[in-house]
Amino acid sequence: MKQTITLTVNGDEFQLAVDPRRTLLEVLREELHLTGAKKNCNEGECGACTVIMDGKAVSSCLVLAVQARGKKIETIEGLARNGKLHPLQEAFVKHGGLQCGFCTPGMIMSAKALLDKNPRPTEDEIKTAIAGNLCRCTGYVKILESIKAVVDGKG
Amino acid sequence: MRLPSFEYLEPKTIREACKLLAKYGPEARVLAGGTDLLPKMKSKEITPRYLIALKSIEGLDYIDYQPGKGLRIGALATLESVRNSPVVKERCPVLGETASLMASTQVRNLATVAGNICNAVPSADMAPPLMVLGAKLRVSSPGKGRLAPIQDFFQGPGQTALGAGEIVTEIVVPNPLPKSGSVYLKHTVRQAMDLALLGAATMVALDGKGACKDVRIALATAAPTPIRALRAEEVLRGKVIDDALLAEASAAAVEEARPRSSVRASESYRRKLVGVLVSRGIAQAMSRARAAGR
Repeated sequence: MKQTITLTVNGDEFQLAVDPRRTLLEVLREELHLTGAKKNCNEGECGACTVIMDGKAVSSCLVLAVQARGKKIETIEGLARNGKLHPLQEAFVKHGGLQCGFCTPGMIMSAKALLDKNPRPTEDEIKTAIAGNLCRCTGYVKILESIKAVVDGKG
Repeated sequence: MRLPSFEYLEPKTIREACKLLAKYGPEARVLAGGTDLLPKMKSKEITPRYLIALKSIEGLDYIDYQPGKGLRIGALATLESVRNSPVVKERCPVLGETASLMASTQVRNLATVAGNICNAVPSADMAPPLMVLGAKLRVSSPGKGRLAPIQDFFQGPGQTALGAGEIVTEIVVPNPLPKSGSVYLKHTVRQAMDLALLGAATMVALDGKGACKDVRIALATAAPTPIRALRAEEVLRGKVIDDALLAEASAAAVEEARPRSSVRASESYRRKLVGVLVSRGIAQAMSRARAAGR
């Protein structure tokens, strides 16, 4: 039986009737058509579905939509404002922190969750924050450079 | 793959949750972080008809320390909150260090310590450190609650001592012994997002003369459940620990371990790891004990 939930996604409030077996990821992608968060491993191993829920990075494939009731969700689609990219997005473009781009939304959301709490993280703290985001293209070096550029104010 | 159908129940009190669990028995599962449960349901490894979510029950998400009661970790406290908790770092640093070795940030923000224990997989990282710290599990049920030593909790892979309608609501960690230190060593192939090929927790308490007053050793992935290496402990207890005694103790642990071969590691490799990690862990716990003021 469907349940009515309210989600605040990227600042906008949505009332949705969801089947309890739908994950937050499925609702974001299929109901709200926010396809930035990717459905990949679907078991919390790859980080491609990472979104920020009440300020914390979570694997949205591991959250039931009904469990996200009343929560504030941030996705990659909410980062750019008035046509201007978020500093992390700009840094990933400028420093080539992506190749195929599939892991990028999750990678950036993990980085954002870190920087929101800790604007001056060490390299180890950055590595820990993105340890759950798999990238098969870049070898991570340019991703780290991109995040460090924002930390150092050279985004 | 999508989740199979289930009925989602969100009780407001523990009592109500226990009653629902008692009513639906094996057809129901308790949902806390969901990081183990949901993947198993997606793969149809398990298909419970009812999920009893704990999230709307007030007062389960806490980490609290009181001198008389020790450290208490509520059923909904996440691995990430344990990892970042100043009071955990001060009182039982090994628990925060262990959480750091588990999964990823986006999983640790959901996964709970109690869930890691109640899933009862052989590789449960939180089990060995809680075992060497002598933790107890507060168990609620439709009737009278009880306090269960974690020692006797694991009965087989995925099998616990929980009876019908019983839910773990809190983990109680007593104050560490004076002049003691604990460590958890986890051997993995990757540095993150990996299960333990072997995990070993060690606790050593020293007496005034530097001899081993008490010792506990617990292992993950060394048997069908997390286990204590009791014979290895016996070798060390009451003695001054030197290299020869350490070798004797780790040999005893290798002997009493019952690891299996799997795609991740062979039985013989895991046995070797038991010896290495126990001896390394005891040495590290001893140096922590020496440094401990209390």
